Amino acid sequence: MAGKTLYDKLWDAHLVESREDGTALIYIDRHIIHEVTSPQAFEGLRLSGRKPWRIDTNVATPDHNVPTDLDERKGGIDTIVDEVSRIQVRTLDNNCDEFGIKEFKINDHGQGIVHVMGPEQGFTLPGATVVCGDSHTATHGALGCLAHGIGTSEVEHVLATQCLVASKMKNMLVKVDGKLGPGVTAKDVILAIIGEIGTAGGTGYAIEFGGSTIRDLSVEGRMTICNMAIEAGARVGLVAVDEKTIDYMEGRPFAPSSDMWDKAVDYWRTLHSDDDAHFDAVIELNAADIEPYVSWGTSPEMVVPVSGLIPRPEEQSDETRRKGYQRALEYMGLEGGIPVTKIKIDKVFIGSCTNSRIEDLRAAAAVAKGRKKADSIQKVYVVPGSHLVKEQAEAEGLDKIFMEAGMDWREPGCSMCLAMNSDVLGRGEHCASTSNRNFEGRQGAGGRTHLVSPAMAVAAAVTGYITDVRALPNV
Amino acid sequence: MKAFTTHKGIVAPIDLANIDTDMIIPKQFLKSINRTGFGPYLFDEMRYEDEGWYGKDCATRPLKKEFPLNQARYQGTSILLTRENFGCGSSREHAPWALDDYGIRAIIAPSFADIFYNNCFKNGLLPIILDKGTVSELFEEVEANPGYALEIDLANQVIRRGNGGEIHFQIDAFRKHCLLEGLDEIGLTLQSAEKIQAFETGHRERQPWMFDAIR
Repeated sequence: MAGKTLYDKLWDAHLVESREDGTALIYIDRHIIHEVTSPQAFEGLRLSGRKPWRIDTNVATPDHNVPTDLDERKGGIDTIVDEVSRIQVRTLDNNCDEFGIKEFKINDHGQGIVHVMGPEQGFTLPGATVVCGDSHTATHGALGCLAHGIGTSEVEHVLATQCLVASKMKNMLVKVDGKLGPGVTAKDVILAIIGEIGTAGGTGYAIEFGGSTIRDLSVEGRMTICNMAIEAGARVGLVAVDEKTIDYMEGRPFAPSSDMWDKAVDYWRTLHSDDDAHFDAVIELNAADIEPYVSWGTSPEMVVPVSGLIPRPEEQSDETRRKGYQRALEYMGLEGGIPVTKIKIDKVFIGSCTNSRIEDLRAAAAVAKGRKKADSIQKVYVVPGSHLVKEQAEAEGLDKIFMEAGMDWREPGCSMCLAMNSDVLGRGEHCASTSNRNFEGRQGAGGRTHLVSPAMAVAAAVTGYITDVRALPNV
Repeated sequence: MKAFTTHKGIVAPIDLANIDTDMIIPKQFLKSINRTGFGPYLFDEMRYEDEGWYGKDCATRPLKKEFPLNQARYQGTSILLTRENFGCGSSREHAPWALDDYGIRAIIAPSFADIFYNNCFKNGLLPIILDKGTVSELFEEVEANPGYALEIDLANQVIRRGNGGEIHFQIDAFRKHCLLEGLDEIGLTLQSAEKIQAFETGHRERQPWMFDAIR
């Protein structure tokens, strides 16, 4: 019999019941709640008179809709200008109070983007099942756990039953081997992967990322990779546990300690695919071939290396793809055949659950140091992923580097990744963004997003154009 | 949840692949803490010339005339016909809520994004996967015939065309059952409460550190 993949092991360890129709009940260990996808779930519990099955598996924090401007933020919920947003954030507080759920409130020390907060608090554990009403929950899979996004009905279902009805996914291995070149980061690797397999390439699969390149990445780099599994269509991204994972977990507030820690570590060391495990699909990439990547269109698969040209729709043989490319270029105000380095940038966003951790900010600051944003750039938003990341960055003096470069150092939250608060693009504006989605209108109605790494975002900020960060002097 | 048994309705075509959840319901509408009232803002940026926000009166907003839902021939539509990877992007259930609130009961496409597909079934919406060729044929038929309607019979897993032709579709048995009966999935899961408790007891013995977090 073939061995098990990491996904198989995690699935088996949480299987409550298999049903004849192919579905199963899966037990959920960790549930993270935020203000946008939870109010209707709590309302559902109230209407049906149901209580949460277990309280201690839930942690909540507001992130999507909180202001990142210090003046608007400093008075907590009361100073949120937009009334509908204020009500939504307050509703989360009220629901958590009513049901007794642990919450990091808007200006608490532990507050942050759900996918930054979970791992940094040690709430996310290797081997756990982790869900959240947000598709980027795949991020947590970097710690060797089974993590995926759910809808609001499922938020209610998990609260009420501690389980989800699920069907087992297929296994895909994306193997990246070799050494990444200087200036090439985890973000570029995942953009290259999405470019290769497409935004539906992983639909129905749990993707395990493996190979020497992934093993060489830090845990935070692996989070960047798993974060965007959903942009390749896969709800689940995974990386096997290794000593880096275990080192990362040690000493985190909610991580096990003393005897419990030793037991946990023994188990965590088994969390990898067996050598003879069967994968339904295997994709291989060579790290040496990966350059810094840039998205040119309105889907995360519309990417090219920074040395590349924007593709010409007329050269696409598939009609649906040709139409998609045409529409994307029209929306982006761009033409096929021109180098991506000709794209002029108006605003820059450094942040989001993809790239707002301390290593991302260090990489951005390393490029920003001693430079100034270009005059043509209206604004550079630097938004740390959590209060803890913000404090760490300030302790290292990164905030000063950004501010001296003419950039805005802001309060933690999702910010311009989805532009629910007032951090938005104007119509027609181009943004070099370290976030994860370049959909039409994602960062503001008519806004034009170019997905890049933190270092590439700063390179665009200082030159005013999409620029190969490797070509800047002294980088 | 409302049941889905058979449904006959006018088909509206949106000839675009990778329609994402930001297109279906843009982020500014996610501030609402309600489940209803999103219908007027469905496809907001594709549908209106101006910018929308939650609570805005849509009756007088300037329409993008070329968008199918704004065309006279597709008024009253309840079945969407579209291309690959419909519903990609975020997990926001506001997307199916908006479709439902608008009056859509079924969506036909060659493929759907996983989370969106799953969310549909929680809200009495039926996403139907047909092969690319059949979808293209349907696009041609809709285009050629104003008022084009289809009848969907979930129990028999069949779509009936006006010309008498039938198209079979696949759906997993559990989802079909829940949709036909309009079942409350939480209530259904709670019928297995003893099994969940038994699992939990064993899980606690095997992985005690999982039960030790929030103190």
